[in-house]
Amino acid sequence: MFHTFNKDWLGNVRGDVLAGLVVALALIPEAIAFSVIAGVDPKVGLYASFCIAVVTAFLGGRPGMISAATGAMALLMITLVKDHGLQYLLAATLLTGVLQIGAGFLQLGSLMRFVSRSVVTGFVNALAILIFLAQLPELTNVTWHVYAMTAGGLAIIYLFPYLTRAIPSPLVTILVLTGIAMALELDIRTVGDMGELPDTLPVFLWPAVPWNLETLTIIFPYSVSLAIVGLLESLMTATIIDDLTDTPSDKNRECKGQGMANITAGLFGGMAGCAMIGQSVINVKSGGRTRLSTLCAGTFLLLMVVFLGEWVAQIPMAALVAVMIMVSIGTFSWESLRNLKKHPPSSSIVMATTVAVVVATHNLAYGVFVGVLLAALFFANKVGQYRYATSELHADGTTRTYRVVGQVFFASAAEFIEVFDFKEAIDTVVIDLCQAHFWDITAVSALDKVVLKFRREGTAVKIVGLNEASATIVDRFAVHDKPDAVARLMSH
Amino acid sequence: MTKVLACIDGTDVSPAVCDYAAWASLRMTAPLLLLHVLDKSEYPIQSNLSGNIGLGSREALLEELAALDEKRSRLALEQGRELLAAARARAVAAGVTDPATRQRHGSLVETLVEMEDGARLVVLGKHDEHLGEHVGSRLESVVRTLHRPILVTTPEYHRPRRVMLAFDASATTRKGIEMVAASPLFRGLPCHVVMVGADSAEHRAQLDWARDTLTAAGFDAPTALRAGEVERVLCDYRREQDIDLLIMGAYGHSVIRRFLVGSTTTSVIRDATVPVLLLR
Repeated sequence: MFHTFNKDWLGNVRGDVLAGLVVALALIPEAIAFSVIAGVDPKVGLYASFCIAVVTAFLGGRPGMISAATGAMALLMITLVKDHGLQYLLAATLLTGVLQIGAGFLQLGSLMRFVSRSVVTGFVNALAILIFLAQLPELTNVTWHVYAMTAGGLAIIYLFPYLTRAIPSPLVTILVLTGIAMALELDIRTVGDMGELPDTLPVFLWPAVPWNLETLTIIFPYSVSLAIVGLLESLMTATIIDDLTDTPSDKNRECKGQGMANITAGLFGGMAGCAMIGQSVINVKSGGRTRLSTLCAGTFLLLMVVFLGEWVAQIPMAALVAVMIMVSIGTFSWESLRNLKKHPPSSSIVMATTVAVVVATHNLAYGVFVGVLLAALFFANKVGQYRYATSELHADGTTRTYRVVGQVFFASAAEFIEVFDFKEAIDTVVIDLCQAHFWDITAVSALDKVVLKFRREGTAVKIVGLNEASATIVDRFAVHDKPDAVARLMSH
Repeated sequence: MTKVLACIDGTDVSPAVCDYAAWASLRMTAPLLLLHVLDKSEYPIQSNLSGNIGLGSREALLEELAALDEKRSRLALEQGRELLAAARARAVAAGVTDPATRQRHGSLVETLVEMEDGARLVVLGKHDEHLGEHVGSRLESVVRTLHRPILVTTPEYHRPRRVMLAFDASATTRKGIEMVAASPLFRGLPCHVVMVGADSAEHRAQLDWARDTLTAAGFDAPTALRAGEVERVLCDYRREQDIDLLIMGAYGHSVIRRFLVGSTTTSVIRDATVPVLLLR
């Protein structure tokens, strides 16, 4: 216990505090921008980011991962906020947390293994595209000043690190652009125009909604989407951080941590959030490794916003847009574009479909659902192809032996039937199934059909090795409770 | 549960760890395993505070971190191999036949937990400068986590001649008496049993039980019952009697109490000028 406490909190104090500061600086514009996307006051996103970062620092399963208000979640709430208002969003956030904790206890985190790499890449790319698209309203019907500011901001973000890497370049961008806007008294939109900023620490408040079934039917669909997308992004981010830092994480604990974080956010007037890929990468890059970095990020964020609220209100939206464009560019997996040609077409199709569905529906959950389904179909198709059959006629010309090798299941059952030549006039057919695997009842009924068809032609059918083949109907034999079943499965 | 596990880390205590482990291995006729752990979390972390992420940042960062780790790991691996070779030569010179060596990646605690089942005794070195006042030392987390006897050595090796057991009649120390009585490790050495507490009949009876148990096993077991502050008394007695090795039960109290009050075990380990054998 003390060992983990030490490792999780105090292993890297200096790096964590500095990284936490850098992340907090980057979180402020993001939290504001995502609140704008969701259609709520900036303080909702800022309170959420504080609550979520602090709670996941203690309860999350992945030390060093940054969770806060995110774009993926904000995009799902737009219609809820528009139709029913903020209080319903807070209630939905609470319910999201409850669902996520449930998922943690049901160990649904391990379901992530069904999400293939192509789907993850598609998810990340779709997220980047959505964040970018969400910036467009700030860039349409505006004066040339805004374009100039945004371009200048991007230039600072990417070029300033060549000068020094000791000061976060997004911070420099925000300071410079705010200074210019204030000095020239430009008439452009600022954060202050977007709504209320926090002036106090968050306070505990029950969402002011009628606690009845009607409310539940309104918020439930949103909460389900939020819970799924939140967990998906969090678990994907956790995997990315695992890879970057070469350390393991506890996925089910992460589910519960996210749930608790969202409940806390909902009770303190914040919107639902989840882990952030871009921010977590920034954290690792800045030297953050332990839970302390996440805690610092959340705490610094709130302190800066509460005490510098007046100044935060002066930040021009163009500066935020520049930061968000950086986040979207940094989130996008550019490697995946290069790999489009290298990877098998099926995986590229899965990736592209995931992106297309998300961009069309603005819901990452749908994209992942379609992606996983498609990947499963491709897989079934591929496995079904690893099958071949040979047949030989005996010397006397009255008996033919079919030897079937490979996986027979719903996707390949039809092809299994096609192997046999029912037109051949012959006395006896021997079907050797020693090396075939029968996975489901579709496969078994296909075999029944073959036997029946031969009989109708007056051919006697002898099946060899059926016992071994049908033993692979795992459903019936429940491999997990028989240690030798695996050996039996592999033995033929 | 057969081996003596010696944790070699290349600091100035390693030779002593090696010597004590060789001594224990010979006395218990248990094979000696020299262990070197490559702990990645000990590497300094590079930081880039620019806070921006651009094209392919994630992939570039992964490559950068992996390359850095690779370089350090390879270096540490070679260095560790040399350390182990040196330790092995030392153990062979001390008379151990064919000591085994092993290198593992991971943290020391994790590695020891994994290897615990095959270990009869774990020998660790004490770095004075790393032992904090409170929560936090690595040694402490090892002692807290493992369920095997742990010998914490000093930077210098003195062949143990007289040992002393801190006894408080708790289940742990009673078991400790039985373990000492049954183990070949201290056979033939005088084993002092010291109890800190008031001079009551109850304490006397408990102490007598300890003496009888040890005497029955063939030990010369002088006993002492003294009043006072635990650490002080143990320390004074040790000095008076010129004891070379201290045996005690580890961490009898709850974590919370320890956090608030501090632990006898930690302070004894910290202040001891002789090796301490901790029984779990």
